[in-house]
Amino acid sequence: MSKESAIIEIEGLEKRYVLGGENDVYALRGVELRVEPGSYMAIMGPSGSGKSTMLNILGCLDRPTAGSYRLGGENVAEMPDDELSEARGRMIGFIFQSYNLIAQLTVLENIQVPLLYQGRDLRAYESRCVDLAKLVGLGDRLTHRPNQLSGGQQQRVAIARSLVNDPLMILADEPTGNLDSKTGREVLDLIDQLNGQGKTIVLVTHDEKVAARAHRVIHMKDGLIDREVRNREVVPVAGGRP
Amino acid sequence: MNSQISATVRLGIKSLLLHKLRSALTMLGIIFGVCSVIAMLAIGEGASYEAQEAIKRLGSNNILLRSVKPADATRQQGGGGPSRGSQLKYGLTYQDGARLQSTIPGVVRVLPMRIIRENVRFNRNESPCQVIGTLSSYTEVAGARLVRGRFLCHLDEVHQDNVCVITTGLARRLFPSSDPLEHSVKIDAFYYRVVGLVQEQSQPEQRARAGNAEGEPLDNNVYIPLSVSRSRFGEVLIRRSAGSFEAEEVQLHEVRVQMKDTSAVETADPQIRTLLKRFHEQDDFEIIVPLQLLRQAEQTKRIFNIVLGSIAAISLLVGGIGIMNIMLATVTERTREIGVRRALGAKRRDITRQFLVETVVLSIGGGLIGVVVGVLTPLAVSQLTTMKTIVTVWSVLVAFGISGAVGIIFGLYPARAAARLDPIDALRHE
Repeated sequence: MSKESAIIEIEGLEKRYVLGGENDVYALRGVELRVEPGSYMAIMGPSGSGKSTMLNILGCLDRPTAGSYRLGGENVAEMPDDELSEARGRMIGFIFQSYNLIAQLTVLENIQVPLLYQGRDLRAYESRCVDLAKLVGLGDRLTHRPNQLSGGQQQRVAIARSLVNDPLMILADEPTGNLDSKTGREVLDLIDQLNGQGKTIVLVTHDEKVAARAHRVIHMKDGLIDREVRNREVVPVAGGRP
Repeated sequence: MNSQISATVRLGIKSLLLHKLRSALTMLGIIFGVCSVIAMLAIGEGASYEAQEAIKRLGSNNILLRSVKPADATRQQGGGGPSRGSQLKYGLTYQDGARLQSTIPGVVRVLPMRIIRENVRFNRNESPCQVIGTLSSYTEVAGARLVRGRFLCHLDEVHQDNVCVITTGLARRLFPSSDPLEHSVKIDAFYYRVVGLVQEQSQPEQRARAGNAEGEPLDNNVYIPLSVSRSRFGEVLIRRSAGSFEAEEVQLHEVRVQMKDTSAVETADPQIRTLLKRFHEQDDFEIIVPLQLLRQAEQTKRIFNIVLGSIAAISLLVGGIGIMNIMLATVTERTREIGVRRALGAKRRDITRQFLVETVVLSIGGGLIGVVVGVLTPLAVSQLTTMKTIVTVWSVLVAFGISGAVGIIFGLYPARAAARLDPIDALRHE
């Protein structure tokens, strides 16, 4: 892959939380990272390693204190709030641990939410949303509300929602954390399938079995990338646990 | 853009329907506020309308002079002890009328009236009435409408004919089954031939309360020529009550002066006062200027409207605070949702708009219901009581406008609070 076509280019990324004087906390201390299109990357690390901060910055929810972050060629590190919101909606599909569907909306409407904030005409995109619901296996549940669905089904809706804007990458934060192992596997299979179709996936987890599905696993420690594993075979090192 | 707004409104309504009771209770504040604004203003408007109509009936070009028993005379009588009689002489005189006519500029007519309370009978029907001795110009000056027959004429006055004209209400009571015209009614010891029927300007149900200001209380009038009133009843009227009697000598009870226009009324008022003061040692008359009363009534109405409006506006304010309170609670409750929306690309102003739309839907919805209830309440009030109410278009518009404004003003703070939330914190919120 050429340097120009990288989806994520991070150089010297720092994040400092100002608590005053010498108490300032560095969550990230100069992270360097490149992610090519179509890759499937997992970020792992113990709590306090800067993993969550990394996720927030990757997801354009937070801005770094120093360093640069280019997403799809755009420098998002210095965008004002409105542009950052717009960039999130356009380039990133979020999948959360607790699904985060909107309770008062139906399945179809939940899938449509990102379109709403892109200023799209919902009717023109309705068939696309129905197709996405079919893709995740919920074509017959369009008018159901989140509380009428199981956890696995809710997470599928969230996946469909993350795809609706055709984002550059899908950012999944512990997508199987609230699911039992069987439905978790099904959700991961779906994510694999998306990656197979060329979607870039960035997944944050502390479950090594989940991370094992990624092509590339980054381990973070003390605000830096500690080590990176690029092939699948290495991962089963920690696979002893269920 | 349009579909986005309609989607936001639909979403707002959906979110409100999620908590139906809460939304309904929140709306209730606005409903009461709008309803009370409209109803209070309608009642105020109705009350002042009645007062103003009563004054208008007196004629804005007219000046009324009325004989009043002097205050010190009443006191004397009170100390006079029981069974003692006394005779009082006070009030307007025939000469006063002539002087007014000849001295005051801008006078069109001077209408003298003698008003005596007596019973009138026809066969076995008897009714209390006011026997008004007056001239033929009464209909023009006082604005009574002739229904049948004719009014008193100059020849009646000259010939001292025993003729009378009665009001329609009295005619119905005295002649339930026969034609009053060409029959004679008996007042005191004399018979008077009925030559005409008149309709007083005021409506019967208004008259009961409007009576005092007007001085023409009930629809029970018998009009006879002034000269007849003088000769049949005499100048001295004797009123008997248990153990004592009092006699009063009053020439004219009331004089109506018709001026050529309203500006003449303004200048004539002090002139008349000065003129009469010269010939009346005691304070035995009063001057009523309907034009001034009308102005006062309008002034009173303005103050009344301001007071009622402020009370009602306070209730709208309370409604607004209720909305704000609920919306702040809602924002806290939906913090997570706000975080999700921000993550999915919502800008701060999208969030502001969403919550603002919800408050505006609440307040406009409450406003609409309030308008309906507020228009129906005065209707019910006038049905159940004799109170007159008038719902004005502007009161509806003002009330509805304020309710919309309340929604925006009190919705803005919670909506901005929602938009200011940090998406990361909001997502983490449990």
